[in-house]
Amino acid sequence: MPWPLLVPALAGLAFLVLPLAGLLVRAPWGTLPQRLTEPRVLEALRLSLVTATVATALCLLLGVPLAWLLARTALPGRRLVRALVTVPLVLPPVVGGVALLLVLGRRGLVGQWLYDAFGVSLPFTTTGVVLAEAFVAMPFLVIAVEGALRAADQRYEEAAATLGASRWTVFRRVTLPMVAPGVLAGAVLCWARALGEFGATITFAGNFPGRTQTMPLAVYLALETDPDAAIVLSLALLAVSVIILAALRDRWVGTA
Amino acid sequence: MSLHAHLVVERPAFRLDVEIHAAAGEVVAVLGPNGAGKTTALRGLAGLIPLSGGHVTLDGARVHHLPPERRGIGVVFQDYLLFPHLSALDNVAFGPRCQGLGKAAARKVAAELLDRVGLADHAHVRPGRLSGGQAQRVALARALAVRPRLLLLDEPLAALDAHTRLEIRAELRRHLDGFDGATVLVTHDPLDAMVLAHRLVVVENGAIVQTGTPAEIARHPRTDYVARLVGLNLYRGEADGNQVTVGEVVFSSAERLTGPAFVAFPPSAVALYRSRPDGSPRNLWRAVIDGIERHGDNVRVHLRGPITLAADVTPSAAADLDLTPGQEVWAAVKATETHAYPA
Repeated sequence: MPWPLLVPALAGLAFLVLPLAGLLVRAPWGTLPQRLTEPRVLEALRLSLVTATVATALCLLLGVPLAWLLARTALPGRRLVRALVTVPLVLPPVVGGVALLLVLGRRGLVGQWLYDAFGVSLPFTTTGVVLAEAFVAMPFLVIAVEGALRAADQRYEEAAATLGASRWTVFRRVTLPMVAPGVLAGAVLCWARALGEFGATITFAGNFPGRTQTMPLAVYLALETDPDAAIVLSLALLAVSVIILAALRDRWVGTA
Repeated sequence: MSLHAHLVVERPAFRLDVEIHAAAGEVVAVLGPNGAGKTTALRGLAGLIPLSGGHVTLDGARVHHLPPERRGIGVVFQDYLLFPHLSALDNVAFGPRCQGLGKAAARKVAAELLDRVGLADHAHVRPGRLSGGQAQRVALARALAVRPRLLLLDEPLAALDAHTRLEIRAELRRHLDGFDGATVLVTHDPLDAMVLAHRLVVVENGAIVQTGTPAEIARHPRTDYVARLVGLNLYRGEADGNQVTVGEVVFSSAERLTGPAFVAFPPSAVALYRSRPDGSPRNLWRAVIDGIERHGDNVRVHLRGPITLAADVTPSAAADLDLTPGQEVWAAVKATETHAYPA
């Protein structure tokens, strides 16, 4: 093996692995059980899991049809639509949070109308957390599902049409089951992204324990007051990530 | 249940323009080389591609403006396209369910059809675990389950190995005989076409070059492609009474004709000689051997000269004549096996 490749490769590996190892080394293993069951930690964990799951459901509801539109129709300006969809992917999440505030805030373009008409205010609520997470995570789902739709053999859809299936039936009974693995992978990726979301959430939803303080926010806050608590929360998030990776092992890692 | 269709599909470097008619109970085969436009014609009939012109009329009703799901046309695709996530039974039940039948009723219809194609015991198997022949039968059952007015089959036997093919071909013929609607099948295999169809439509380069019953086409090919398919040497010449002149060669034939005519004879009707044989100068010319290959039990000799042709001789005759490429021989054709017909 040529050393100009080997040395940077090993350095890169160390760079990725060492911080995680550090987390494990510095963890207060002795007090871990009590700390993990502290109400504050459980509250943040529960809130994170619930909001990430609801955000993923929202992304599925809106993102799968959007992916279908991009993959299966000759929509004019489709390339532009795809570019717009991917913007939240490259946008700093905090900018996303600011943008959400400007549109859905109580003085925002849509938010003002929502407040006047229904008395609904989204910022600094749990719903706001879900919206911020969905905003940041949906592109992952759309791109994964669109890729799966493009890779799927469209002739099965033609076969279904010759059997009398309407386009909606074709989508429901043929397309969706055939791309189900792709949808699942996209949903998991989307859920993981939502779980780790920080910037848009703290900007749009704030940091209220029990209401909008998700795990990443709790980690950040704890780091200033109680570093050991931050490590424990980080370990919990790391564990969730590893579980996801294990669940998707066959799809991505195992194919090597 | 009759089909009248005029299909025009225009593409940048291709134009399909064919008329296809099929009566109730009739099986019409569209036969042609790869790229002739057969599958395009089939997709046009099914509504999977738009027509540039023409019409598709089923039982007197125009259907070419309808989407595929509203045409009442069943399709058996080349690689069957059975839904991989559904069992054989649910694949067949898919159509009836789309027609508004409940789950149980649709499955009942499907079970009957699977039974009819001999796969009742494979009802709950996923397509991935079916053999090629079984998948083909499920695909046929699935297409018939919607009780189509017109059944289309795209290369129905192409995906099968030679052994299965023989068996499935005979079975498919039986199922098609039992279907009361019109059937159009597309194939590049002349044997499939001749065994399965009542009438052939030969398509080359997007246009029909010949139509007729299998027997007519086998006896009187009108293009080189068809002649090759049915294994005949074919030439176009001028007829005058019992003889047809093709360039420098004069053929005698049993038929009396005048004007442009085709001459056709099988390679087995050609005899080869090292030196000029005695007798009539008709049906006799000098040729040069281009190539030699095995062909079944015989040796096929490709010849050039005033006309190019294929001749079949027995291995012993080939050995006696000591045939080698580049060698000059005399070729003669028996007049009794030479058929002439108007061009």
